[in-house]
Amino acid sequence: MAYRWKNTLTADAVTPYSAFLNRRQLMAGAAAGAIAGALPVSARAQEALEPNTWEEITTYNNYYEFGTGKEDPARNAHRLTIDPWTVRIDGLVDKPGDYSFADILSQMTIEERIYRFRCVEAWSMVIPWNGFELADLLDWVGVQSSAKYVAFETALRPDEMPGVASPVLDWPYVEGLRLDEAMHPLTMMATGIYGRDIPKQNGAPMRLVVPWKYGFKSIKSIVRITLTEDEPPASWNIANPREYGFYSNVNPNVDHPRWSQATERRIGGGLFAKRHPTLMFNGYEDEVAPLYDGMDLTKFI
Amino acid sequence: MVHALNTGLRHVPAWALYLMAPVPVVWIYYLGLTGQLGVDPAKVIEHQLGIWSLWLLIAGLAVTPLRRFAGVNLLKFRRAIGVTAFFYVLAHLLTWLVLDVQFQNVWADIVKRWYITVGMAAFVLMVPLAVTSNNRSIRKIGAGAWRRLHRLVYPIALLAALHFLLLVKGFQWEPIIYAAVIAGLLAMRVRWDALWTRQRASHRENPARSGAGLGGELSQSSRY
Ligand code: HEM
Repeated sequence: MAYRWKNTLTADAVTPYSAFLNRRQLMAGAAAGAIAGALPVSARAQEALEPNTWEEITTYNNYYEFGTGKEDPARNAHRLTIDPWTVRIDGLVDKPGDYSFADILSQMTIEERIYRFRCVEAWSMVIPWNGFELADLLDWVGVQSSAKYVAFETALRPDEMPGVASPVLDWPYVEGLRLDEAMHPLTMMATGIYGRDIPKQNGAPMRLVVPWKYGFKSIKSIVRITLTEDEPPASWNIANPREYGFYSNVNPNVDHPRWSQATERRIGGGLFAKRHPTLMFNGYEDEVAPLYDGMDLTKFI
Repeated sequence: MVHALNTGLRHVPAWALYLMAPVPVVWIYYLGLTGQLGVDPAKVIEHQLGIWSLWLLIAGLAVTPLRRFAGVNLLKFRRAIGVTAFFYVLAHLLTWLVLDVQFQNVWADIVKRWYITVGMAAFVLMVPLAVTSNNRSIRKIGAGAWRRLHRLVYPIALLAALHFLLLVKGFQWEPIIYAAVIAGLLAMRVRWDALWTRQRASHRENPARSGAGLGGELSQSSRY
């Protein structure tokens, strides 16, 4: 069931609408193994943002498996073999197994989503992704009722990834979401950008996109998806728990020890680009705030 | 070879270094202004100037060991290297202030973010050195006091190394290598033989104080 969320960030978004799920519906949907229908309600007026250029999106990447410099991934990622590509889906699912990327694609509806992308390093872009809702994939494999979290893993290929020779992180890169976050209609698996296949430096052939969280949550080149009962490990959280929490929601009010998160530098503005205020949940507050009702977001960072 | 090098260097005046000093910073800003530093030029400039600052500090620290262990005499360039290092740190700081954080939360950043705190401490300690890097100051405060003052370059270099160690994400070799180079350059100033004999001597007199003396040896042995 695609198209549950309507783009608000198109350049001609005069009347912004967005699909909205309140918490109860979401919980009910998750429990039933199928997400409830979305209610279109008017979102807070959004600035119409121009997407970043192809060049900006594909030459400025954090993908440490290919080097720690921003331009290293664009230089090195061509070595990654993405065909064939198999994703192991296991854990608390009805149909565990090794799925080829082609099999997955054949079951999914690809749509375009123009999302803000906010890095924890306090820069941001606007990216026109193509992909499918993660919920659709999870529904297809059947999530069991005991599952509470989704764990993800990036490919680890020392022969193809020069960056993993250095123990920058404890490879392979892993990330996780709570099941309701994973089932949220905003959460997608991106397979393209600007209608083209997603470049390797951006996480080909398939990467997660969770637009209300800092970019490092949106794990790239996924080879494994595991439904679990317990909170799964997340690479940056393991490396430095004080700085990177499991949730890592974009939050201008919670300071990061390293970067003030109150404002951001939008990539593409040139040398004298002004900083812009960062929006709560990266501007997706109406859609996702109910997921965190009753949670102290200064503790659950 | 070393002799030829020293002879050659004798013909290079120190002011030539001051003439060359602005070239990298002007070049980096030129590339940034003409859109040749990628899609996030402010960060690239900030990083490039940080690296240049570090290189210049290391170059300044290398003068004494180069003379002592390799016989290469760069002493007359040391002031120019030091003053240039100061201006690169200043340019690095101004880039951060104007292009990166744009005067927002400056004080909060300085006190809250460890790597900024440490970088700022290094910069503040460099101010008195830059201000007194002229012959008049040496005469005014006296050669001994001046020399003691300029030993601040050791903590400055250590703070710079720490700044780099703190600011990278995850485990990375580059800042560790720089920190090792700086530690090595400082270690070469310690007269280990003298330290050894003195420590043994003081051990006999007063075993509890045997750790003292490193700072003393470090300063006594650094020839200016
Ligand atoms: C002796 C003084 C200093 C030295 C040698 C120094 C050196 C460096 C180096 C080597 C880098 C990393 C460059 C890279 O990764 O390529 C850096 C980054 C940086 N430095 Fe400094 N620095 C100094 C002082 C300062 C001061 C005073 C400030 C600001 C108050 C500052 C702010 C920064 C910032 C913001 C970064 C970039 C961090 C990021 O990656 O976002 N530094 N510096």
